[in-house]
Amino acid sequence: MPPDTRPVVPPREVRADALHHPPMVEISHLSLHYGTKQALDDVSLNIPPNHVTAFIGPSGCGKSTLLRCLNRMNDLVDGVRIAGTIRVHGQDIHDVALNVTELRKRVGMVFQKSNPFPKTIYDNVAYGPRILGTVPRAGLDEIVEKSLRGAAIWDEVKDRLQDSALGLSGGQQQRLCIARAIAVEPDVLLMDEPCSALDPIATAKIEDLMLDLKQRFTIVIVTHNMQQAARVSDFTAFMYVGRLVEHGRTQELFTTPREKQTEDYITGRFG
Amino acid sequence: MKTFWKNGDAFVWLTGGALAMALLMVTGLVLLILVNGLGFFWPRTMYAFTLKDGRTVVGQITMRETVPQPDAAEGTPERHRIQIRQGNRDLYGMDFLWVDEDAIVSRAAPVELAVIERREWGNFHGRVEALREGAGGRRVEGEEAWLTLQAALPAAHALNAQILDVERNQIGAINAAQERIRLQVKKLARQGVTTGAAVERLESELTELQADYGLKRKLLATLREGSGTVIELSAAGDRRAELALGDVVRAYRPNAMGAGAKARFYASKLWEFVADDPRESNTEGGVFPAIFGTVMMVLIMSVIVTPLGVVAAFYLREYAKQGPMVSAVRIAVNNLAGVPSIVFGVFGVGFFIYVVGGAIDRTFFAEALPTPTFGTGGILWASLTLALLTVPVVIVATEEGLAAIPQGAREASLALGATKFETTWRVVLPAVMPSILTGLILAMARAAGEVAPLMITGVVKLAPTLPLDGQWPFVHLERKFMHLGFHIYDVGFQSPNVDAARPMVFMTAILLLLIVLFLNLAAILIRGKLRKKYAVTAL
Repeated sequence: MPPDTRPVVPPREVRADALHHPPMVEISHLSLHYGTKQALDDVSLNIPPNHVTAFIGPSGCGKSTLLRCLNRMNDLVDGVRIAGTIRVHGQDIHDVALNVTELRKRVGMVFQKSNPFPKTIYDNVAYGPRILGTVPRAGLDEIVEKSLRGAAIWDEVKDRLQDSALGLSGGQQQRLCIARAIAVEPDVLLMDEPCSALDPIATAKIEDLMLDLKQRFTIVIVTHNMQQAARVSDFTAFMYVGRLVEHGRTQELFTTPREKQTEDYITGRFG
Repeated sequence: MKTFWKNGDAFVWLTGGALAMALLMVTGLVLLILVNGLGFFWPRTMYAFTLKDGRTVVGQITMRETVPQPDAAEGTPERHRIQIRQGNRDLYGMDFLWVDEDAIVSRAAPVELAVIERREWGNFHGRVEALREGAGGRRVEGEEAWLTLQAALPAAHALNAQILDVERNQIGAINAAQERIRLQVKKLARQGVTTGAAVERLESELTELQADYGLKRKLLATLREGSGTVIELSAAGDRRAELALGDVVRAYRPNAMGAGAKARFYASKLWEFVADDPRESNTEGGVFPAIFGTVMMVLIMSVIVTPLGVVAAFYLREYAKQGPMVSAVRIAVNNLAGVPSIVFGVFGVGFFIYVVGGAIDRTFFAEALPTPTFGTGGILWASLTLALLTVPVVIVATEEGLAAIPQGAREASLALGATKFETTWRVVLPAVMPSILTGLILAMARAAGEVAPLMITGVVKLAPTLPLDGQWPFVHLERKFMHLGFHIYDVGFQSPNVDAARPMVFMTAILLLLIVLFLNLAAILIRGKLRKKYAVTAL
């Protein structure tokens, strides 16, 4: 019997009925092909509002692809075919009546590599509201401050808002990207391995931040790091070669996995 | 020796040597141009040579070379001959003279030998004998004549400037107005109106202008008469000549000048060269119209080529579906950069001038036909032709810049709900700006040095007016213009006075190099600023 290497899951309150409430995102029978290669195979999953849902699984299992389906970033890839439906707030995101830019305003995204624009810190955060064009010039300052506070980076940058964002450290840049994403007040925040390029201290800051942010947003995170999934997520979905293997409360999935594959993965027997 | 090969030292030497070779050739070229060009304006000593046959030659030594003696026995001492610029083309028939050093009995450099630059006939070399003031004025001789001449020159120059102003600006304006009225009358006639109030009004205006013109002619005649002062000159070989004061550009005695005076003279000649109009079929005077034409043409070309090339590159890289079709287009664009420039010139003539220019003429300038307005070479068509020639450079540079922008930058913007256009405009375009400027720098360098296509699309040997002046509508894109590259060709190979023109070729080449350098430096500075502002390295 190998030693139990399963990550420790801290106890946390999950509303018992979370999975039964109307979900924020409903994915049903989603399949995706890149050309002839199948990346997702009949994935069905509900993501509850105001919780953190983590997608875990080995490299190439399709977790990032699934995430990028939620704001239709896969549209940018040539030769992509998608079957099945995704509903956000009950609305089909592939509906022709729905403008894809509208969807992306409601479903924000933070990328694996921090990608601030080569502009000032202020302009980075103000980019989204300016694109929306609904905010008067005077209200912009307020939104920028609120977003930077929300991303727990305000105190570090408040004196140099007009400096280039590229002068920030990696962790600060990633939090700036989070501030930029939440400045447009999305419903859902997608995070694609947001800490994979960061040191442990910067990672801890972002993990703390996620626990704050879930009060206001629904968070979906893709991570390689099982400890991270265990620390921050309320629900976890384990994926393997394009299929959803298991989905449930993080605590249950990590302590009493139903599937053999899940157990093998979280105990580090493969992956 | 074995380790020498093994360490790869050989390769270091090979690459370093190749670079050194390239640098050597470039510096050699620049040095050659500088040495040949920069000494030209320095006042040289005037010698009076006495030859064996008793002749006297007065002039400056411009060249010395060995006389080839193919049949001479070994050990024969070398013989040399010198080229003397004797001036006085009107008296002797030629400016330059080759003299064997063996034939020279003596040479002296008397202080009173003078060089007089004239508006016509080139330099006069000789002595100032007397100065005769017009209309019953006094006559002074000897040294006093020289001093009086120097004192009278500024007034004579001012008078000349006034004549030029009357000729070019005032009479030019009258001519332009007359031409406009004449065209209006012609237009009315084409519509079948040959009598009536409108025609009469135009004709009365024409009469008024004609009267004005008469007045100006009279003014010009009085101005031309000037002070009536005449200089009496003597040249080698007991030749006498007279010269009106108004025809003198400069009068100086190089043998009497110190280093400081020579330096001042040099600066004044240099200034004349860059700021004045050419004289004597481009062999004297300045090249200002050519500088102006070159810069204006390059700027117009930049304004046309940048948007065109950038937009094309954006379509190729950002919008078009990558595939064999786009690859084929890309290869075609690259090949376009290798097409001989004269082919573009021919296209410019065939399409821009005859088709587009002809259509413009028929539509907007019908009354001026058969005289073409846009249907002939002009700075607009030359710039357009060059824009076509350089557009591949801009496309390639912009495309490379676009390819280097990380996909993350675009995704970040799209994920915030920006449309493709907003992303392109706000994120991609600023980031690709430095690359665009790189393309523009290359395009400008190529365009400024191009001559062949210009020769058939609008460059002329001598343009009486600049494409930008005080006559409405101020910018005259249909006008022919002068260009430094063509100027080099014209002065060097089409000049009636090759020996006098040769140094001008080098000076013009220096100027062309300087202008290219200056335009490039300006663009590089802007690019540096943009790079700092839109650095994308961290993405």
